[in-house]
Amino acid sequence: MQIPAEFSYERATSIDHALELLKSHGPETLLLAGGHSLLPMMKLRLARPECLIDINDLHELDFISSDGDRLRIGALTRHRALAESEEVARHFPIITDAERVIADPVVRNRGTIGGSLCQADPAEDLSTVCGTLRAEVVIRGPDGERTIPMVELHRGPYETTVAHGEILTEIRLPIRPGAGSAYEKVERRVGDWAIAAAGAAVWLDDGRIADAGVGLTAVGLDRGTATRAEEALRGRAPGDDVFAEAARLAAEDCDPVSDQRGPADYKRHLAGELVTRALRRATARALGQESTT
Amino acid sequence: MKVAMTVNGQEATADVEPRTLLVHFLRETLGLTGTHWGCDTSNCGVCVVLMDGEPVKSCTVLAAMASGHDVTTVEGMERDGQLDPVQQGFMECHGLQCGFCTSGMMLTARALLDRNPDPTDDEIREAISGQICRCTGYATIVRSVRWAAAHPAQQEAAAT
Repeated sequence: MQIPAEFSYERATSIDHALELLKSHGPETLLLAGGHSLLPMMKLRLARPECLIDINDLHELDFISSDGDRLRIGALTRHRALAESEEVARHFPIITDAERVIADPVVRNRGTIGGSLCQADPAEDLSTVCGTLRAEVVIRGPDGERTIPMVELHRGPYETTVAHGEILTEIRLPIRPGAGSAYEKVERRVGDWAIAAAGAAVWLDDGRIADAGVGLTAVGLDRGTATRAEEALRGRAPGDDVFAEAARLAAEDCDPVSDQRGPADYKRHLAGELVTRALRRATARALGQESTT
Repeated sequence: MKVAMTVNGQEATADVEPRTLLVHFLRETLGLTGTHWGCDTSNCGVCVVLMDGEPVKSCTVLAAMASGHDVTTVEGMERDGQLDPVQQGFMECHGLQCGFCTSGMMLTARALLDRNPDPTDDEIREAISGQICRCTGYATIVRSVRWAAAHPAQQEAAAT
């Protein structure tokens, strides 16, 4: 039987209350959202907090709203709400792609975007998606709010720059013209973590790629996006030769490890192939030419 | 700590350790052993119960998190001696063999039909994709859910 080590439990009723609770409890205190990564880690004693602050009642952090220039997503928004949101699918189909392959529908009823990003698992999909989309994340602490680019959120595997006493409250995605995006994942079986996955976003202007985002999951591109691949895409007319070049650079820049999900050389090959596919689909979507079959 | 929730329409209050998982609270504190306890890693889905009408894996929810919420287990599916159409469907179409996954499967099916009274086979398969039947009886489970969709309970039929 897997049971977590002992801890004390608090339930926050508002963001300010959560901040107060964080302040009054020691550094071994963690926020509990969906719990579908944290509780399994606690059962295995990979995490052993002394106190959990349950933030599931903070409904003010459960929202998806657009203010024209950006889509704002509350940190407590469940995977399922993201998967089913038409607004999300319209602006950022990469999110819908990813949500369809994150765990399974029952897990998606509980898991949250903020929890996923703060877990900072190198195989987690939404971190790649948010990096690819140039997201910003809003972090609130006792002294107010700060906003940082998504690529600065993770310090490394399972480590973020959210300090003790702070709470990630919101994800902001810039809405820009000419956009298309896609996520491609290969897993051993339905619902598993990725062997490798790639996210791509393109912003087209007058037939050329004005800007591009390329991200990889589970293959050792721990921080940020594949910047050399993105650079290779900028200013070019989209096409398979350009995509292949970006894919080659992204595959070169990642650093997969051999494990039970496959050998490193296979994962590197897969990473490149998935970048190509994601770029193709992202571009087709930007041009309104995606095949519906 | 004190937890208080509604389980199958009845108030359930108890003093538990904060680390108590909902699955053990239901099985051991309340004696509702229809909820099964399987992989303990939120993979297999035998522990699925409904929380506020939505399926959740109760091995990965603390009893404390469920406090204040409305929980339904397989024991709460039957009403006034009448089986839920999903339960009836599993009987009619041989939706179970060993029965270990059955309570979770039926609750997920109930939640699916509440949202989507006439799901396609693909939608049924997607809904139960987080749950494992080691007898591999998926075809008959899908058929059972379809049977339930075709035979809604009287009050449901009257309401639609």
